[in-house]
Amino acid sequence: MKVVVDMNKCQDHGQCVFAAPDVFRMDDDGRLAYVPDPDGALRDEVEEAADVCPLQAIRIED
Amino acid sequence: MGGHIVVAGASLGGLRAAEQLRAAGWTGGITVIGDEPHRPYNRPPLSKEVLAGKASFASLAFTPKASAADVEWRLGTRVTAARLAERAVELHDGSVLSYDGLVVATGMRPRRLRCPGPLAGRHTVRMIDDAQVLRDELTRPGVRVVVVGAGFIGCEVAATAVGLGAAEVTVVDPLPLPMVGPLGEMLARVLLARHEERGVSFVLGSGVTGFEGDDRVTGVVLSDGSVLPADVVVESVGSLANTEWLDGNGLDLSDGVLTDQHLRVGGRPEVVAVGDVARFPNPRYDGVPRRVEHWSMPADSAKHAAKVLVGGDAGVAPFAPLPTFWSDQHDFRLQSFGAPVLGLGDVRVLDGDPSGDVLVGYHRDGRLVGVVALGGPSAARAAARYRADLLKQPALTS
Ligand SMILES: Cc1cc2nc3c(=O)[nH]c(=O)nc-3n(C[C@H](O)[C@H](O)[C@H](O)COP(=O)(O)OP(=O)(O)OC[C@H]3O[C@@H](n4cnc5c(N)ncnc54)[C@H](O)[C@@H]3O)c2cc1C
Repeated sequence: MKVVVDMNKCQDHGQCVFAAPDVFRMDDDGRLAYVPDPDGALRDEVEEAADVCPLQAIRIED
Repeated sequence: MGGHIVVAGASLGGLRAAEQLRAAGWTGGITVIGDEPHRPYNRPPLSKEVLAGKASFASLAFTPKASAADVEWRLGTRVTAARLAERAVELHDGSVLSYDGLVVATGMRPRRLRCPGPLAGRHTVRMIDDAQVLRDELTRPGVRVVVVGAGFIGCEVAATAVGLGAAEVTVVDPLPLPMVGPLGEMLARVLLARHEERGVSFVLGSGVTGFEGDDRVTGVVLSDGSVLPADVVVESVGSLANTEWLDGNGLDLSDGVLTDQHLRVGGRPEVVAVGDVARFPNPRYDGVPRRVEHWSMPADSAKHAAKVLVGGDAGVAPFAPLPTFWSDQHDFRLQSFGAPVLGLGDVRVLDGDPSGDVLVGYHRDGRLVGVVALGGPSAARAAARYRADLLKQPALTS
């Protein structure tokens, strides 16, 4: 599974961090950091993260 | 599973309902009916990025999941009536569509001011088309803008208008402070000051009784008889639920559509409601049915409603979401978790300071029921900590 975040869209809401804490986190400056190639077992979490992003900036590619 | 599910309303709630029906194992037909000509798109940017010219309309459209690829979309189509006993809905073209399951996702529309005066120059912001027209008006040189209603959307529009360089931006509200209803006095005072520092004027404690102008608005008449000059007026005075099409079925439609704890409507296992239009009891708090007009609600409610519609309620815990919303205004962000409105009587600063980034806690009977963060990363981090606490709390009703 490949995760792509459109960083031009991302506004650091952090909702993805709540949904998929193993894949997304906010760094010390409050900016989003993420694992681009997470384990496939985390798929549900990542889909949830994509759903709850207010900017719809998260895309999952297989 | 066979049969046919009709989803009325093709915005975020309708889209998520269709997707979640598939996720819940529904293999029968799904038809989503929406009266707007557009595919589902994101509304929050309408009062912010779209008005500011920072988002194209194309960028607002949601990308439906692959699982929902075979959903039939009937856009530009209005549901005019429901006959729940017969399991059928009527469409504006006179056709009748029967269903095995029905999802109510028809959301809200803006309330309008009913007072005398011209209509031209008066706007609301709910639909993509409204925002486009308003943007053109707000970018006219020297424009004087009056926003009626100091709630979240009104304050967002005012902030965006200032950012666009409008000559004058004034917000009018009968209440003494902006956003005071949902946030309480402490934060409302802080927000008032921050808006004023950035160029928004407020006329508070004053209602609107009429509009001046012949063909088009030139001024807003206030309850004390004075007149605010205006080239553009934005009415942001709350919203009404789109439920008229459900009339005549014996439902409680007094404020949205009343549901049970599983989002079912009228005691029928085959009818559910999602999103802004659903008035549901939340056992996390007092179990009093309320509508929640936050962006997170369509997705949360669609997940629960789809599961119950497809598989029944056996072993399914009642719907008990943690409400969450944000609001971006000028250079600051509000982020809320829980139900601050239930704890307005006991408001405390939990982290930071009202002069900078701050996290405010709302309590009922000494217990934290909601938090609101104002400001940057430090407030957001503090809010995230308390969000975890709010999630862990046992329900107040059980
Ligand atoms: C300008 C604006 C800014 C916002 N900003 C924020 C924010 O910053 N943060 C936040 O948390 N929330 C925000 N929200 C709230 C959020 O957008 C809503 O909670 C969300 O859109 C609700 O989705 P919904 O699908 O339930 O309803 P809606 O989006 O209202 O969709 C209902 C759809 O049903 C259609 N419909 C109605 N009647 C019929 C009928 N009879 N037949 C067919 N179709 C029908 C409507 O045309 C509409 O397309 C904002 C809302 C607006 C309008």
